Amino acid sequence: MTTSPQRTRPTAPLAERSSSEAGPTTTSPHRTRPGAPLATGVTHALLAVWALLSTVPLLWALISAFKDNSELFGNPWQLPSTWHADNFARAWSKASIGDFFVNTLIVVFGALALTMILGSMVAYVLARFTFPGSRLIYYTFVAGMAFPVVLALVPLFFIVKNLGLLGSYEGMILVYTAYALPFTVFFLTSFFRTLPTAVAEAALIDGASQEAIFFRIMLPMAKPGLLSVGIFNFLGMWNQYLLPVALNTDRDKYVLSQGLASLSSQQGYEADWSALFAGLVIAAVPVIALYLMLQRRIQAGLTVGMLK
Amino acid sequence: MNHGKTRIILLFLALPLTLYAVLVVSPYAQAFQISLTSWSGFTADKPFVGFDNFQRLLQDPEFWRALAHNGLLLVVVPLVTIALGLFFAAMLNVGGSGGKVAGVRGSAFYSRVYFLPHILPVVITAVLWQFIYNPQIGLLNGGLEAIGLGGLAHSWLGDPTVALWALIGVLVWAGVGFYVVLFSAAMQSIPKDIFEAAELDGAGRFQTLTRITLPLLRETVQVAWIYLGIHALDAFALFMVLAPSGGPDNSTMVLSQYLYLSAFQKGNFGYATAIGVLLSLLSLLMTALTFGTSRKKTTIEF
Repeated sequence: MTTSPQRTRPTAPLAERSSSEAGPTTTSPHRTRPGAPLATGVTHALLAVWALLSTVPLLWALISAFKDNSELFGNPWQLPSTWHADNFARAWSKASIGDFFVNTLIVVFGALALTMILGSMVAYVLARFTFPGSRLIYYTFVAGMAFPVVLALVPLFFIVKNLGLLGSYEGMILVYTAYALPFTVFFLTSFFRTLPTAVAEAALIDGASQEAIFFRIMLPMAKPGLLSVGIFNFLGMWNQYLLPVALNTDRDKYVLSQGLASLSSQQGYEADWSALFAGLVIAAVPVIALYLMLQRRIQAGLTVGMLK
Repeated sequence: MNHGKTRIILLFLALPLTLYAVLVVSPYAQAFQISLTSWSGFTADKPFVGFDNFQRLLQDPEFWRALAHNGLLLVVVPLVTIALGLFFAAMLNVGGSGGKVAGVRGSAFYSRVYFLPHILPVVITAVLWQFIYNPQIGLLNGGLEAIGLGGLAHSWLGDPTVALWALIGVLVWAGVGFYVVLFSAAMQSIPKDIFEAAELDGAGRFQTLTRITLPLLRETVQVAWIYLGIHALDAFALFMVLAPSGGPDNSTMVLSQYLYLSAFQKGNFGYATAIGVLLSLLSLLMTALTFGTSRKKTTIEF
């Protein structure tokens, strides 16, 4: 049965296509126009060049993180003679990367949790109910995406200062959340509008409260949307530099991006370059790991906001 | 149906709206007001000076220089990034030499790798490139020497004639992968029968690309251009880390950086927010263009 021609036929076009894609070694000349093998070869060469441009700087940083300081000043293409894992220990403790890392975790996860809960509450109310001022509220949030944050920086500095929150985790969490709300509300409002309401209405007739419907029915149904926005916000918050550099004035509370930038600007000739490379790698690892795990979803999540 | 409606609206909006009003709406509103004062930052009174700050800006060569740099970024970064993004996306999605609808072998791998620089936080990208451009330990000079082009070695960020281009290079390096993925998504949404019809009509690979794929992508490309433009207007982190004081001889100063330095280093808060207001007007113009172009649908129905 399994060897009958009928069973194998569906795979035939696929096999034919992939063999002709292999370029110069193609075995189906009737499908390939003259010159195509050469063109395919050039295509692959160009693609490979950009792949190298994208990865070599990262690999170089990774390898440099294992060199000692004298090797760093040698040939940049040379592998380290001994792999100095102690650079990472020095970066973590002496160069404070460990503290910066923990600060970042606290601020990012605090703000992420708050953004997701507050953002979905606003979006749900705006998507499901019409009430006086609902459109005004929606457009006020949407308008927040249009202005550059740097414009708000000066007054924001004094507001946060007057609230006594300058250089505090709470201050950073609240500010990150406030500036993540516009996109979160914008995206989730349109998402909640697409969700079916029949289940929620049935629950309401059964006597469930509006809040219970939101938390027990609508939030679980909105999981895919929440995840997309969650990833978007996570990357944005891990990436944040402008807000902490102005508002996070206490060095002990520095986040990674801020700490790394300040370390690199203090570098002179006697500086501990290897530790700085190691710090760079430590700071990049969580984001790259997340990307490799959720690659498809991240690419889709980041582009969806633009195609809408 | 609306049982408990008022309560949930009040309950769900109270906290987020307060937070948003205090930390986002109010600073933006205050900024417009502060731009009309000569406030130095730490005094209680904010002397109202009308449009003086804006008049001063018009006569400030540093401001014009920063604006010109932003203008250059606004043109060059989208142009190069989109050209490369379209080129790679076309190869990955319709570049297969057999059936036209297919991409080349390894497309998934390439788009994954290209996206990698985009996913890095900007500050990490900036510090990484600070190393790459470093005249002593840097990968770039070392690489040029290794292939016998040592004569091209530069102090990339220290030479006022190349510093801005070095920064543009980083922006493009980090941006291309995103647009490859974006354009790929757009190309994949074109129905396959359009390509098949073209093939039946005898269109070659190149013709299919220029006559069918690219015209159908026009709208996405327009949105991408404006998005990149906004991004280039606000490339604050990259510029602050790679050229903290605006580069050698202010050769890489951009508006967002000029604003930050005027406020937090020189204590000219009124003047700085006036720069911010102009920067916002430019951003709003770009955003208005985005909505304008994305509303317009392509003339080809599919």
